[in-house]
Amino acid sequence: MTANRLLVIGPVAFLAAFFLYPLAAILGRSFGGGEFSPDPFWVVLGDPYYLGRIWFTVWQAAVSTALTLIVGLPVAYLFARHEFPGKTVLKALTTLPFIMPTIVVAMGFIALLGPQGLVNTALAGLFGDDGPQVQVTNTLTIIFMAHAFYNYAIVVRIVSAFWSNLSPRFGESAAMLGAGRIRTFTHVTLPLLMPSLLSSAVLVFVFSFTSFGVVLVLGGPRFATLEVSIYELTVKLFRLDVAGALALVQLAFTSAFLLVYTRLQAQSAVPITFVPVDAVMRKRRGFRDVAVLAAIVVGLLVVLSPLVALVERAVSSGGGYSLTHFVGLFTDDRGSYFYVSPLMVIWNSIRFALASMVIALAVGTAASYVIVRRRGRSGVVDALFMAPLGVSAVTLGFGFLVAFNRAPIDLRGSWLILVIAHSLVAYPFVIRSVLPVLRGMPPHLKESAALLGATPLNVFIHVELPIIARALLVGATFAFAVSMGEFGASLLLVRPEFTTIPVATFRLLGQPGESNLGQALAMSTLLMAVVTVGFVAIERFRYRNVGGF
Amino acid sequence: MKISAAVALMMLMTVFAVACRGDADNELVIMTHDSFAISEELIAEFEAEHNATVVLQPAGDAGEALVRAILEKGNPSADLLYGIDNTYLGRALDEEIFDEYRPDLLDEVPAQFVLDESGHVTSIDYGYVNLNYDIAYLADHGLTPPTTLEELTGPDWKGRLVVENAASSSPGLAFLISTVSYFGEDDDYDYLDFWRDLRANDVLVKDGWTAAYYTDFSQYGGDRPLVVSYATSPAAEYLFSAEPVEVPPTGNILIDKASFLQIEGIGILKGANSKNLAKKFIDFALGTSFQEDFPEQMFVYPVNQNAAIPDSFRFAEIPSEPADIGALEIGEKREQWIQAWTEVVLR
Repeated sequence: MTANRLLVIGPVAFLAAFFLYPLAAILGRSFGGGEFSPDPFWVVLGDPYYLGRIWFTVWQAAVSTALTLIVGLPVAYLFARHEFPGKTVLKALTTLPFIMPTIVVAMGFIALLGPQGLVNTALAGLFGDDGPQVQVTNTLTIIFMAHAFYNYAIVVRIVSAFWSNLSPRFGESAAMLGAGRIRTFTHVTLPLLMPSLLSSAVLVFVFSFTSFGVVLVLGGPRFATLEVSIYELTVKLFRLDVAGALALVQLAFTSAFLLVYTRLQAQSAVPITFVPVDAVMRKRRGFRDVAVLAAIVVGLLVVLSPLVALVERAVSSGGGYSLTHFVGLFTDDRGSYFYVSPLMVIWNSIRFALASMVIALAVGTAASYVIVRRRGRSGVVDALFMAPLGVSAVTLGFGFLVAFNRAPIDLRGSWLILVIAHSLVAYPFVIRSVLPVLRGMPPHLKESAALLGATPLNVFIHVELPIIARALLVGATFAFAVSMGEFGASLLLVRPEFTTIPVATFRLLGQPGESNLGQALAMSTLLMAVVTVGFVAIERFRYRNVGGF
Repeated sequence: MKISAAVALMMLMTVFAVACRGDADNELVIMTHDSFAISEELIAEFEAEHNATVVLQPAGDAGEALVRAILEKGNPSADLLYGIDNTYLGRALDEEIFDEYRPDLLDEVPAQFVLDESGHVTSIDYGYVNLNYDIAYLADHGLTPPTTLEELTGPDWKGRLVVENAASSSPGLAFLISTVSYFGEDDDYDYLDFWRDLRANDVLVKDGWTAAYYTDFSQYGGDRPLVVSYATSPAAEYLFSAEPVEVPPTGNILIDKASFLQIEGIGILKGANSKNLAKKFIDFALGTSFQEDFPEQMFVYPVNQNAAIPDSFRFAEIPSEPADIGALEIGEKREQWIQAWTEVVLR
């Protein structure tokens, strides 16, 4: 009984202390702390400009989500149903875009598709200077492309984890009854995958909805989302009241979407027999299989090409290839107070990411159990736990400052504030990956174990853990990734000795000069290397402990 | 189940336990914007002289750092805030976040670089925001740098200028203010008419300096040879070139009244723990050793007239006649200008 109570108290306390309390603190402050006035809301809802921003934010998120699913599904299929050499590494590479700083990704796109990029240079070579040119920078198209680029890994990871434990028997039966490949997919596989599809789609949607960097850096201010408007109102126009009202409008929208989703999610889950991975992988391969696989792999490489362009630029110097920029990173020419050795920077990123991952796994798993057990109102509880993703990062960031600024909890200047902020964005990923599996788990499994005399702890370790293990690893991967790539929280701190890789990259890009750019890209290349190793390590962890699941 | 709950609880307890940290004696915390830079050596010198520990804490860009200081009013996490400039001074003074302090060395600061007459914010450095151009691009296309702002609305410069968003970026706002100074607010052809024409001439607005400079400026893979940047940017290009160069690849366009003098200062936050140490730091920051150190770290000029200017700054020309709009007027009208500008250029 105590264990059960702890299980509920833990995640609820975390949410209350590190989300609801700082949010309430900053909103109280924004609205003047006195009596409530509806004026700021009228400023927002009575202004066609803000209404336009709301509408734009909604529809661009919808289009981005659709595009992301289209890109992500074939890759999810590849990883779910096929075993091939180099799979673990390819899977790690697939997830890299998710952690890259937006400004760096923008440079990757420019290097490929910009006015002087590879594609346009090639086109000019073929058709001359007056021939056709690709023009995508600073357009809406590139925002959609970038959202898909950033978020398709969410679809790939969550769907493929679910898919790879899904018995192929349903599909085989359908085929035996005469259904074609397409019909089997749309009528059997797709409905079975629905819980994981919805799970990843809602994450992608919320991420696109609250998108900040991608929209700003690649699209420019004409395409401002609500998050962008909140930032400008807070930091540049000092209209905290209007910013607060807009942040609440944003939260209302994301909560509404999350509620609709949790309703759908609860309906779509049916108890499913999960089978070990080995039983699912396709062993026999025909020519058709190979062709499909090859096409998907090539497509994947195209998606990843902006990253390749970055690495290429990081190792270029003075017309040839060299490691000049990497060497430059390790030398402190100017004796600056803010110089931090790249090794220290990498170590900071790794330790913060590991700490965030542990907290996110604990909170996320416990929260998933809380949600599953609340049969009646599980949708509301689920949406509440997801809310940290839907709130404005600027608002919450300043909320942390206002909330945790005196003893006994003065977190300012402490690295904990960073780790907590990262876990807050990371644990929803754990929930979204674990919940579909938990819901699909047939109740008789636990019941039989309990009847046979197993304690709840034993049931968890021997029955439930092996089944949710794969989902937990997906959650762990994203928790690690969220923390590795997070830049916004630097607003909250950070003492120079806590500099992380994205912060160091951005600092280098704060000054003009070829070698600053080169070193920033070298730093990003190191980020990719470290994260790839991290992802592969997380993946390996599975095989050691929990076998086929 | 037990495990995860217990782990979560332990985490929380650790958080609370570790969070109760004490403040070290004689610690001086200086909140800065992200672009602040100084030699470690100088900080060590100050620490040794005053037996103190100095912590420099970047807190986002200048606007973010100011909002943070305002939210922490009365209970500041730092003793000093560095990075208040003439576009933010009005706001900082209105909020009364600073204590007054007038260091003796102010006598060495020429009048035009004194930021705050009221004595709350002490000037430390200054710089100029103006247009930069890509020398090779202009040569390849047979263009010569514009000599008036009006030219920018002509066919030669169609689709060739990138500026920063005045509502979110410091150089963006600085350039907007220069156009107000250059064209005036209620002339026949005022600053908004100019921006309307610029928009018609396909000006590109990016949200921040980094994105504008590193993704749209033709020097770095974009297709726009003119960018709003700083007068010291060519000097930085010279110092940070990948291979040593004789002259930088970019140049300054200095049009009278169309460059913006940005003065940055430091102030003691009300309620600071180490007020005396903070005063000593301001004295130190106005001294020549400090003033001669930061130019090549931050690419700004020292306000102390006795400080020598580094050799590389020969590529950072000083505009003869910058925009003449004072900090107080900016404080009164910045919001109005930003909103009118946003209306014309972005909506």
